[in-house]
Amino acid sequence: MNISLLVILPILTAVALLFCNGLKQVRTVSLIGATVQLALAFALLILYWNERAAGNTAQMLFESSYTWFAPLHINFHVGVDGISIAMIALTSFIVLAGVLMSWKEDRMPKEFFFLLILLSAGAYGFFISLDLFTMFFFLEVAVIPKFLLIGIWGSGKKEYSAMKLALMLMGGSALVFVGLLGLYFNTDIGGGVHSFDLLQISQMHIPVEVQKMFFPFAFAGFGIFGALFPFHTWVPDGHSSAPTAASMFLAGISMKLGGYGCLRVATYLMPDAAHAYSWIIVLLATIAIIYGAFATMMQTDLKYINAYSSVSHCGFVLLGIGMLTQTSITGAVMQMVSHGLMTALFFAAIGMIYSRTHTRMVAQLGGLLKMMPFISTVFVIAGLCSLGLPGFSGFVAEMTVFMGSWQNPDTMYRIATILACASIVVTAVYILRAVGQSVMGPVTDSHYLGLKDASWNEKFAAGLLIIGIVAIGIAPFWLNELITPATDTIMQHAVKLVTLK
Amino acid sequence: MTNYAYVSLIPLLPLACFVVLGLWGRKRFKTFSGIVGTGSLLASTILSFYTAYQYFFVDGKVNGVYQHIIAMKYTWLQFSPNVSIDMGIMLDPISVMMIVVVTFISLMVHVFSLGYMKGEERFATYYAFLSLFTFSMLGLVLSTNIFQIYMFWELVGVSSYLLIGYYFDKPSAVAASKKAFIVTRFADLGFLIGILILAFHAETLDISTLIERLTDHQSTQFVSITTGSLLGVSILTWGLTLVFIGGAGKSAMFPLHIWLPDAMEGPTPVSALIHAATMVVAGVYLVARLFPVYSIDGAALDIVTYVGAFSALLAAVIACTQTDIKRVLAYSTMSQIGYMMFSLGVSRYGGENGLGFMASMFHLFTHAFFKSLLFLGAGAVIHLVHSNDMKDMGGLRKFMPVTHISFLIACLAISGIPPFAGFFSKEEILTAAFDSNKLIYGVALFTSGLTAFYMFRLYFSIFWKKESHLHNAHGEGTSTMKIPLIILAVCAVIAGLLPFSNFITSDGAALETHINLVFSIAPVLLALGGILLAANLYKTENNKPEKVAAALGGFYKAAHSKFYVDEVYIFVTKKIVFNLIGRPAAWIDKNIVDGLMNLIASVTEKISELIKGLQSGKVQSYTLYFFAGIVGLAAVFIYLWK
Repeated sequence: MNISLLVILPILTAVALLFCNGLKQVRTVSLIGATVQLALAFALLILYWNERAAGNTAQMLFESSYTWFAPLHINFHVGVDGISIAMIALTSFIVLAGVLMSWKEDRMPKEFFFLLILLSAGAYGFFISLDLFTMFFFLEVAVIPKFLLIGIWGSGKKEYSAMKLALMLMGGSALVFVGLLGLYFNTDIGGGVHSFDLLQISQMHIPVEVQKMFFPFAFAGFGIFGALFPFHTWVPDGHSSAPTAASMFLAGISMKLGGYGCLRVATYLMPDAAHAYSWIIVLLATIAIIYGAFATMMQTDLKYINAYSSVSHCGFVLLGIGMLTQTSITGAVMQMVSHGLMTALFFAAIGMIYSRTHTRMVAQLGGLLKMMPFISTVFVIAGLCSLGLPGFSGFVAEMTVFMGSWQNPDTMYRIATILACASIVVTAVYILRAVGQSVMGPVTDSHYLGLKDASWNEKFAAGLLIIGIVAIGIAPFWLNELITPATDTIMQHAVKLVTLK
Repeated sequence: MTNYAYVSLIPLLPLACFVVLGLWGRKRFKTFSGIVGTGSLLASTILSFYTAYQYFFVDGKVNGVYQHIIAMKYTWLQFSPNVSIDMGIMLDPISVMMIVVVTFISLMVHVFSLGYMKGEERFATYYAFLSLFTFSMLGLVLSTNIFQIYMFWELVGVSSYLLIGYYFDKPSAVAASKKAFIVTRFADLGFLIGILILAFHAETLDISTLIERLTDHQSTQFVSITTGSLLGVSILTWGLTLVFIGGAGKSAMFPLHIWLPDAMEGPTPVSALIHAATMVVAGVYLVARLFPVYSIDGAALDIVTYVGAFSALLAAVIACTQTDIKRVLAYSTMSQIGYMMFSLGVSRYGGENGLGFMASMFHLFTHAFFKSLLFLGAGAVIHLVHSNDMKDMGGLRKFMPVTHISFLIACLAISGIPPFAGFFSKEEILTAAFDSNKLIYGVALFTSGLTAFYMFRLYFSIFWKKESHLHNAHGEGTSTMKIPLIILAVCAVIAGLLPFSNFITSDGAALETHINLVFSIAPVLLALGGILLAANLYKTENNKPEKVAAALGGFYKAAHSKFYVDEVYIFVTKKIVFNLIGRPAAWIDKNIVDGLMNLIASVTEKISELIKGLQSGKVQSYTLYFFAGIVGLAAVFIYLWK
């Protein structure tokens, strides 16, 4: 299978959208495109399993490479391992759910869906790239649509939020680019020729001082995408102003670009520096987890609650990476997948509530369970997943991070792990508070009594995401087996280099 | 050896029932849901009894000891080559006993609810949640892996959350459900960290292996966990104490008990389930499950002992002052669970020293019957008078004879009057306490007198006291409500006669116990004294109780206010956690962290404002800059080359 299809297909869909007229045509084309994406992701997953089962132990499968810009040795080099597959599957779920959630978007539907689909092309491209420049290119492709989606279709102080998000993410990109160039100019593939190729770079030993110089750029740059404290402030404003589908994409996909980049580029290619700076990563991640959780507790707007809780939950991703044990890194990847699905579900539920009650303020809501059992149940499920209930994906991911972190025997790291564990209590407080006030309790507004429960497209979108969450929650072994060989490679690589020094 | 694979059906049937009723109950099954739930649980119960029969009587003992049987085990999540979470089924005396208790009590609750919950709008949802609750508890007691326990532990927590908050439009129910979940979650944090510690040192999560390694003084794992210490306390003690904190949360031990009295906001049959068979006994079960490890660590056992004994006493004192009948029962549960806990605490592993362990499990067993009976009886009473307060009751014996007699039996059983079930198990506990710790024995003895007093205060206030003016003679409700009461009453009479020590002991070998008549004189007399005192104060309407309360003054007031533990919690959460941590965190984020980002943005903007004047597009000024530049550069070069 040529995995470039994953990029080509959304682009074709986007082009097709340009020739559509009216909401009905637009959404039908988008739905078909998104469904094919999902099918493609599943086909890829199955083919990948078959290859592995057949004994193919290559690090990357389905590799292909096309020369893009010969003088600088930039190639369109793509390939996938377990981590990328997990990310691709996540993206395809969220794209389909996002399209379904935007079913009634009648303001400039063509442009709206065009941008959504374009964003997905950027994400797929990013996850399959094995060339740093190509990767960077797709990272940028995924940023621009968000600016427009929030700025045009958003609500509240949307101009401010869109600008803030775009500037901070662009700042992140700039840092990433410095990091990538730093790597590039310190590679040599013979005859003084430099390389952007991820696999080639991983075979070289980048001098430790160079790593220490450029690791912070790459990690912080990607970290901004992944809500690294203190560069997380775009998250609450960006999410709260974005339309539902854009929030889902933003939290479900964009924030994962950051975590993936931190792992695949920064940590994998510069393991010495990752080792040297791991205490900073752990420190910032722990702050994000605890402080994000406490900040969430004080929020009054449902979207802000979920946005701050995303800061806290994405902290687990960075914590897992910073702990540098194989289990913790596996946990970090699981947390990315889990958080992506869960937070998309949360935003979908909030979107459904908001579109009916026209408020997102917790204090104004109440007793929704009576009129909207389906939507309320979805909301409760998303909440329970968020607070790490067994049977849902959040539990599996968090526990894997905790188990992995505890394997790092350093006392300070242990304390960080305990603090991170403590967040499960704070999470329970803010989730139950939100659930208790908005869907339970007496009905606060008589207008709510006439409200309708979810429509078929909303049910479909929520159901899709819940299936993903429960599939991981009940049977995590398949995801674990998918990811573990890849994280094993990363860890072995790190151990080899760190001990070589 | 029998193939025990079918045991997996015992938890899976309620799970299937939960899924089916959860997805289609409201639309398809409607009032039929109760039958579906009860039917599937009946099947589970029959299988449990069959399992117990097979395990105890067909397979029986090997070399005089009941075996640990791993009926099935699947790797669920592999963390590292030798550490994994497994899902499995372990049969040993306590897990077999527990599945019987859980399914049986749950079945009684299911049947009772058919009548009690009739006509509820969310009838199907109720049965779905009951099934989930039963499933979680069954999964918990059958666990082979300590992380499996933790998972089902959390599921037990959430099922109780859903059931306590069943009347979701009542703010008090929502608050109570939240409180139960958060308090137990806080305790679970201790459990989780305890697991991390134990698993790290034992290098396994498998319960049998973990026990084997941590009790073998030669193993490297044992050496590693006992040589390390933190703040002068060994790592093993830390691990076990943290695990016990988890257990104390679920079992409502002081100071984590505050959720239990509020948990009565749920439908009354749910309280029966929470208090008798699921949830609160989970903590006792957890300590019993890891008992071989606890037994080698005296410090951890002491903590279990003193926390248990103090909770038993404290709860009994509070129970004497409450007027809400469900609250009295809730505190009595806390007190009885305290008995089970300290009984484990005073026990040691193996042989005669293991009396406390056996007594604890025995009490868990008998308590399940009379406590569920008490709650279901209370449910029937509340169903009739539509109030929880004993002031609204009195003289009900004429209206509900079945409830009256069964409630009386349960009260006699919990007070430890022979030959009712509670007498036998309580005697064993007192003997075990007497043999090892006189202080604990004294507390236990005094508490048993208090127990008889507050239980009969409850009994007389409901069924005697004043003549009732109830005019609706529709009586006790449906037969589905009466039959469970009768069955449970029979159990509360005879359960104590089982030769329990033949089956369930710390090491699996039979234990010779006998009731020492001389020894039982003191507790029985005390209990009778308590009953007489209660009869004197509460059998007829009089002003003696008020006088006693007035005489006790401040102490009565403090006990009535539950010793202000709730107020302390509210102070800590509201004043400290919210105001001193949460609020500043949110403020800092908005103003300082984000302010910094905005500052960077505005500084950038200012700088660009400053330098944009340079890009004016005026050729004259460009020429000026150009010449200025040349002069400047020339000056530098000339200066440098000199």
